[in-house]
Amino acid sequence: MASGKEIRTKIGSIKNTQKITGAMEMVAASKMRRAQQRMQVGKPYAERIRAMVGHIAAGNPEYKHEFLQDREVKRVGYIVISTDRGLCGGLNVNAFKAVMLHSKAWAEQDIPVDLCLIGAKGASFFKSVGGNVVASTRDIGERPLVTDIIGSVKVMLDGFSNGTIDRLFLVGNEFVNTMTQAPTVRQLLPLVSDDDEKLNKHAWDYLYEPDSNSLLNGLMVRYIESQVYQAVVENVACEQAARMVAMKSATDNAGEMIDDLQMAYNKARQASITQELSEIVSGAAAV
Amino acid sequence: MALTLHCDIVSAEKEIFSGLVEILIASASEGEVGIRYGHAPFLSSLKPGPVRVRKQNGEEEVFYVSGGYLEVQPHMINVLADTALREGDLDEGAALAAKKLAEETLSHSGQGIDYSKAAGQLAEATAQLRTLRAFRKKHGK
Repeated sequence: MASGKEIRTKIGSIKNTQKITGAMEMVAASKMRRAQQRMQVGKPYAERIRAMVGHIAAGNPEYKHEFLQDREVKRVGYIVISTDRGLCGGLNVNAFKAVMLHSKAWAEQDIPVDLCLIGAKGASFFKSVGGNVVASTRDIGERPLVTDIIGSVKVMLDGFSNGTIDRLFLVGNEFVNTMTQAPTVRQLLPLVSDDDEKLNKHAWDYLYEPDSNSLLNGLMVRYIESQVYQAVVENVACEQAARMVAMKSATDNAGEMIDDLQMAYNKARQASITQELSEIVSGAAAV
Repeated sequence: MALTLHCDIVSAEKEIFSGLVEILIASASEGEVGIRYGHAPFLSSLKPGPVRVRKQNGEEEVFYVSGGYLEVQPHMINVLADTALREGDLDEGAALAAKKLAEETLSHSGQGIDYSKAAGQLAEATAQLRTLRAFRKKHGK
């Protein structure tokens, strides 16, 4: 059994770790509240524009925008959103697993996969695993700006426009609640139509002002930007929530460990006292 | 009672209005449009200006949008605004100042100014003032 002094220093170092994880938990909790607020603020717009584009995809527009055309799949693209920093539990790993699982189906059909990575963790993961990375953005921070992500997203959109990739997916974490974050893979392009039964089932088309071409072009770009941006903001909220939970369990574990060590320390101390006493008593008896 | 349709007005920052309306009047890219229940599917970009809705009880609300998109289905309306404000949030003084500044920039149009930017600012300020006037008229002030 370890001696009393050894155990004491161990307890001390674990207490220090516990203090750090406790502080990180509190920081993450306050950051999460702000990130959650930002996420909620942008949600109505992202949902409405998704519904609107879903309607457009369900209709029979005179001008078929290229983003609406379903082509034969020869190459696919993924936009993978990850965090910049670690210590947030299985958040990133779960998202990467979802990507690997999803892209395995393509690999079996000999369809190559292009990756666009947002966040530093994704860059380092796919560097070690291997993957065809065509664009990457990092250091998006806690307050992401649309301008930060537009560059790498544009690479993928251009890829879709000039026929390099035929399908584009968006991978990120969905904020279910503070305890749960679910990795999701969503098809971004070509657009998936919305099955709203209230919509007319017959072939209908919009009346366009000014003209369908320029209107749809503007709308589609805005749609993709808002979807990716919203996903990034949501991922930031997920990151903080996951970090908070991870740090909370680390703090709890440290507490348990300290309790166990304290018990061992007390036992060792008592044993040494008992031993000393019996030595004294037996020494006295011998004299 | 007139038939109503569901209307949502959202901006990039928040949801501005959601509810049943009898009619919606907005400035689309080719001119003012009024939408009632059963309108044919319609898609348009919006110019900076007021968006008026009349609710079921005849009460009117006016919003200011700085541009965006309008989608109409027979049973619903979606307004995606770049920025939208309830008219109570509009600041007349600031709008007048912005208008004056934009006009000055345009009239001194020598070299080195961004003509299209100034024209855009002028259009926006004018639209804000127009929204305020519509609001005033409604309240008989």
